[in-house]
Amino acid sequence: MTARICTGTGGTGYDEAVAGTADGSTVLVGGFGMAGMPVELVDALIRQGAGDLTIVSNNAGNGDTGLAALLATGRVRRIVCSFPRQADSWVFDDLYRSGRIELEVVPQGNLAERLRAAGAGIGAFYSPTAVGTPLAEGKEVREIDGRTYLLEYPIHGDLALIKAHTADRMGNLVYRKTARNFGPVMATAARTVAVQVDRVVDTGTLDPESVVTPGVYVDRIVPATQEAAA
Amino acid sequence: MSARTKDDIAAAIARDITAEHPDGAYVNLGIGQPTLVADHLPHDSGVVLHTENGMLAMGPAAHGDDIDPDLINAGKIPVTELPGAAYFHQADSFAMMRGGHLDVCVLGAFQVSAGGDLANWHTGAPDAIPAVGGAMDLAIGAKRVWVMMTLFDKQGASKLVPTCTYPLTGVGCIERVYTDLGTFAVGPSGVHALEINGIDIDDLVERMAPLELHLDRVVRAGGDR
Repeated sequence: MTARICTGTGGTGYDEAVAGTADGSTVLVGGFGMAGMPVELVDALIRQGAGDLTIVSNNAGNGDTGLAALLATGRVRRIVCSFPRQADSWVFDDLYRSGRIELEVVPQGNLAERLRAAGAGIGAFYSPTAVGTPLAEGKEVREIDGRTYLLEYPIHGDLALIKAHTADRMGNLVYRKTARNFGPVMATAARTVAVQVDRVVDTGTLDPESVVTPGVYVDRIVPATQEAAA
Repeated sequence: MSARTKDDIAAAIARDITAEHPDGAYVNLGIGQPTLVADHLPHDSGVVLHTENGMLAMGPAAHGDDIDPDLINAGKIPVTELPGAAYFHQADSFAMMRGGHLDVCVLGAFQVSAGGDLANWHTGAPDAIPAVGGAMDLAIGAKRVWVMMTLFDKQGASKLVPTCTYPLTGVGCIERVYTDLGTFAVGPSGVHALEINGIDIDDLVERMAPLELHLDRVVRAGGDR
């Protein structure tokens, strides 16, 4: 099996990678701040035009580009994230304060584990995070061996947009430094996974011991340049 | 003796981490002031820093040509890697936190209760945008969770309180609180001053009231240093 290498039929490779995204989709967007943020794929999703979206991402956009630009189009109904408020999150702040976007705040570890659970076929899990806090509201509480836990459900995506460093033609991925962040768990948690990479190498080139995301999870790959696809 | 500066507080935390973990420790420093602790850890302390966005053996802040946009800390500041560094994804990063594999975590706070509850993520103000990040996972995850903060807020009210009035981050999770005016143990037996800096003990007791401050464990106070 090989992943589809998107080099741009009728647009850019990025457009090809997000083609067919339906209105109402849940889109997982990788990145922690700008590290690992798949900016070009998000820009392509803006051009693609799907609306009524639910976005799952650690932050709610920085500055005016990438995720912030997508939010600014008004096509995002709901965002699920751990840390929306940042010094440069003015696009989100304005939408939230004027009631034009729904927000679900999820502790970062629960966000990661809920994505992991979705990808791993886990129906739900008990987490000790947020017990006794306002974020426990409405959640099932259970005591196990003297410790209190909250029931947390998986987060499934229709589409995941992530950024990795190198892919091979089978879709095996290697990341770079802390830009790895949400990529590996999001890659497991969505029906369609689109990855932008700095370069694509021939199958057999990556050290199998160093592969972080096995190609089974990856559907579409966009190399940063045509040369990079060689 | 005067009140402690931010650097003095950070130095005190670093001193206690190394003294109480002579064989080294895995430590997470929260964003903001707690990151100063790193500057005071001796190179041979054996302390390995964890950053929640997916790295162990994080090095100091990066400058100039060393800045790499793919290598940042939890506060999104460019950092460096030390020999022995490891990268991992978010689910692993929080598994090692929640699973009790980190020895010490140092966090900032709006309020800490006598029983060790922490409030540090949300002021509860109606127009405030809630943002929790990793705070709730960190608060209940590490084996020992310490707070670094000023003892009094800008209005002069104690941030060590009988019961938190701000929304909670975690319940009964804090072991110790380091402030400009002293270090305090908190927990089931209430608040015990361990060290008092730059303030007369009677003044401190009065300003922290109605909180009951126990003085049975003070090892350093006033001008004896």
